[in-house]
Formats: sequence, C-alpha cells, structure tokens
Amino acid sequence: MRDIRENPLPSFLYKAFVFGFGGLCVLYLVAPIFIALTMSFTSGQTLKYPPEGFSFRWYEALLDPVRSATEHIAAWNSLKIAGLAVLGALLFAIPATIGMTRMRRSTVGTIEPLLLAPLVLPSLVYGLAALIVANFVGLQPSLWLTVTGHIVVFGPLMYRAASVVAQGLNPSLAEASTVMGASWFTTLRRVTLPLLMPGILAGAFLVFIQSLDNVSVSLFLADAQTTVLPLRMFALIEESLDVRVAAISGILIGLTLVVMLVARRVLAPPKQA
Amino acid sequence: MMKASGFPYVVPMLLLSVAFFATPLAVLVGFSFSGSAGFTLEHYGRFFGDAFNFRVLVNTARLGLETVVGTTLLGVPIALLYWHSGRTARQVIIFLTLIPMLTSNVVRTFAWIVILGRQGPISEALMALGLTGSPISLMFTEFGLLMAMCQIDLPLIILPLIAILSRTPVQFSEAAQISGAGPWRIFVTVLLPLMLPGMLAGWILVFASTSSSFVTQAVIGGARNVYVPQLIYREVGTLFDWPLASAIAVVLLISTGCLLVAMTMISRHKRLVGHA
Repeated sequence: MRDIRENPLPSFLYKAFVFGFGGLCVLYLVAPIFIALTMSFTSGQTLKYPPEGFSFRWYEALLDPVRSATEHIAAWNSLKIAGLAVLGALLFAIPATIGMTRMRRSTVGTIEPLLLAPLVLPSLVYGLAALIVANFVGLQPSLWLTVTGHIVVFGPLMYRAASVVAQGLNPSLAEASTVMGASWFTTLRRVTLPLLMPGILAGAFLVFIQSLDNVSVSLFLADAQTTVLPLRMFALIEESLDVRVAAISGILIGLTLVVMLVARRVLAPPKQA
Repeated sequence: MMKASGFPYVVPMLLLSVAFFATPLAVLVGFSFSGSAGFTLEHYGRFFGDAFNFRVLVNTARLGLETVVGTTLLGVPIALLYWHSGRTARQVIIFLTLIPMLTSNVVRTFAWIVILGRQGPISEALMALGLTGSPISLMFTEFGLLMAMCQIDLPLIILPLIAILSRTPVQFSEAAQISGAGPWRIFVTVLLPLMLPGMLAGWILVFASTSSSFVTQAVIGGARNVYVPQLIYREVGTLFDWPLASAIAVVLLISTGCLLVAMTMISRHKRLVGHA
C-alpha cells in the first residue's frame, strides 16, 4: 500500500551509491595487488605501467643463484624465523588457551589484556625496547633474538585464534572423556586438541604470515647476517627500484593465493547434513 | 574445583609476556628518564623543544586520523555492498578483502610505488585525458601516502564491519522498510548504528597500524615527509641517540595508549553503541 507517487530518485541514488561506489571501493582495494602481479611479468627495465611487454626475465633474474644470492639468504632466513615463531607460539599459546577454558570468566578477563597487549601496542616501540634490554645483558642482534621477538609479538595472535574456537567448545566433552576413564593426556590428545585444530591452524597461518612480513621488530633485532626478506625488499626499493622486487612480490602474492585456497578447504566448516 | 585448575597452563605465556614484553617496555620508559645524574626530563625536553620533532609528531597523528577517516569512507560502502549481496557475492567480497590483508605490507607498498610513479597508471591516465602535459608523480607527497595507507589499512575496518553485518538478520532493515523508511533513512538510522561497534574496532586497528607502519611511510612519504617511526629509527640507527629514541618511543606509546583506552571506553558505552 505504498504511495505510488513516491519519489524514485533517492532509491536510485542509494543503489548507485552501494553498487556503484561500493564496487569502486572494492576495486581500489584489490587493484594494487593485481598491478603488482602484472608488473612482475614486464619485459621492460623500469616500473612503467602498463608493462611494456610480457616476459619471465625478472623471475629468472630472481632465481639466478649468483645474481640473487642475498635475496635467497634473506628468504631462507625469513622462512626459518617464521617457522620457529609458529613453533614458539604453539608452545606458549596453546597451553594458555587450554588453561583459560578451565578458569573463571572474571580471572580470564583480568589476565587476557596482559597477554593480548603486544597486538595493539606499536611493535616498533617493542623492537627498540627489546634491543635496549638485549644490549644491557650483552646480547647482539641475531636470528634467535629476532625469533624471540616474533614469538612475543605474534604469540598472542595464536592465542586469540585458538581461544575463539575454545570459547565455542562444550566443556562437558572433555569432562565426559575424563569420566569415561581417559587420562588427562589422552583427553588432550584425542578430544581437546582435535577440537581446537581449526583455531590452531588459523593461528599458525596468521603468525607465519605476520612474521614473514614483519619489519618493525626485525629492524632492531636482526643483525647484518640475518637479513630478512621484507627488509631486503625495502633495501632494494630504496637503493635502486630493482624490478626483481616485482618478481618477489609476484611470488608472495601467488603463495598467499595458494595458501588461502588451501585454508578454505581445510578450515571450511563441515557441511551440515 | 575444576574451575581453578587452569592457571598452571597459563603460567608459561604469562611469564613470557612479563619477562619479555612488559619488562623491556618498563626498561625503555626508565631509560628515557635516565641521565648521568639519575632522573632527568632532558630527553623529553630535547624532543618537544625541537620544532622539527614536534611537527613530526603532529604529522603522524594527522596521518593516522586522515587514514581513519579515509578507510571509513571507503569501508562503509563495501560493508553496505556486502549487506545487500547474496551468499556467493558475500564470499567473494570476503575473499577480495583477505587477499590484500594477507599480502605482505612491503608488496602493497611496492604496488603503490608503481601506481604513484611518473610512469604509473595515474600519470598515464591524466596524460591520456589531456589534464596534464608532462608526467606527474605522486610519490613523496602526503596525498600519495594517504592513498596508499588507506588501501593498506582498508581490510582492518572492513572485516569488523562485515563480522557484525553477517550476524545481523536481514529482517532488521525489512522492518524499517515496511514501516515506510526509505533506503537512505534505513542506512542512517538502522545500519550505521549497527556498524558503529565494528567501526570503533576498526579505527583502533587502523590507527595502531598507521602509527607503526615504517616501510610505507619511509618509501612513499620520502625524506621530506618524516613520521615518528622513521624518527625513532634514525635516532637509533644513524645518530645512536638511544635515550632520545626511547623518549620518542614513550611519547608514541603513550599517545597510542591513550587513544586505545579512549576508543575502548567509547565502544563499551551502552547508550552510544546500543546492546550489540
């Protein structure tokens, strides 16, 4: 029973705003990724866009073990640090997640902000603080110092991802297992951990990605020998705008896409019957 | 009894947090006040006394706020697009939001170098349209940096907005429609208030991310536009003035901290954000 003489203009403008402008915003969000990816296949010497021609020359230059030795070392260092950071995050955050499910809500509310603080405070400030303390106790910047820094800063990500899943779990599942006579270790291995697995995998993925990308902590804690990939890319950009950066970007974007597609399969909630 | 048994599990992470996070920060704060003759405010005096440093602080805060405004103006239409879309389109929007978010920050910065450069698509398009005779570069400008920061931080505000909207039943806006409200009115009186808690969460993330995004600011801002993170790094790396660097870091920490507390308090305010 709506008024037939209703002005159709506002409704049209709204649709234009949502579907037109909203669509443009999505384009703004994604276009840079597309541009970096296509840039990596340029046959030109410069960052001219649209690219001058199609070639794999920058990927070849990047894979060349002599020409890109520094980049290979940096990539290997980054992978090592990210892997160790995930391992460290698992060791500290998973027990904490399990512990929190067995504690009073109010106690959790008091402790949790302390555990999550590294996520919101500027990690650059933390990097400097860690460097000063390391210097006091006589430690030089190194791979292990960087790994420790990454565990401290990104461990909370693992905790958060896992605890989101843990909060949705029914505590009687673990209780049932104990009542049925399973030891705490069997309960952990057969009931609690499998149920937490989606959160743990999501957490591991986030910690790995963030560690691989981190600049502000590595900037202070990594020494000259442990150049990490993002810092090496930063140097390449600052020094010469080498087009190999485009190839590195291309590989990283490709990896992100692959991992996302795999994660969709692994983490997808089981189809409801 | 069962309830108290969890604490031992939390101890390792708590120790890690206290020993390797809280302690270094406390040392940093102490270091910033330490002089040859004990406690001193000298380093803070040097920081605030220098007009250049003070301008850097103001510029950093302004960049953070501008990025917050920019990401909101771009993020809300995307959230609305999500709200009005079907199941598949919604999944596509989430996927397209996650791709840039999970792509390395340096890669996204690199993309913006290509876009903003003299031979980039913006310059080429303006030349093709005849709006400019010679190639232009937006590199090393504050506007170029803002464009890049907004794109880089955009997912941080979209995801909380989408998280709220996906839990909200469509009936909310249908009810308003049946009551005779037009689409704009529904947007302003129903959808916007619903999105407010998500916006606040996003603002915190965007501001925190902008105030410590070292690479993007250094590369796209260039040598003329200096922000607090580069200032700290320069004091540590090239001038070896660690006490001054600590003082600047503490100022950054306190200003970010105050903002976080303020926004958290606002986001818990029942009258403002309803009971979402």
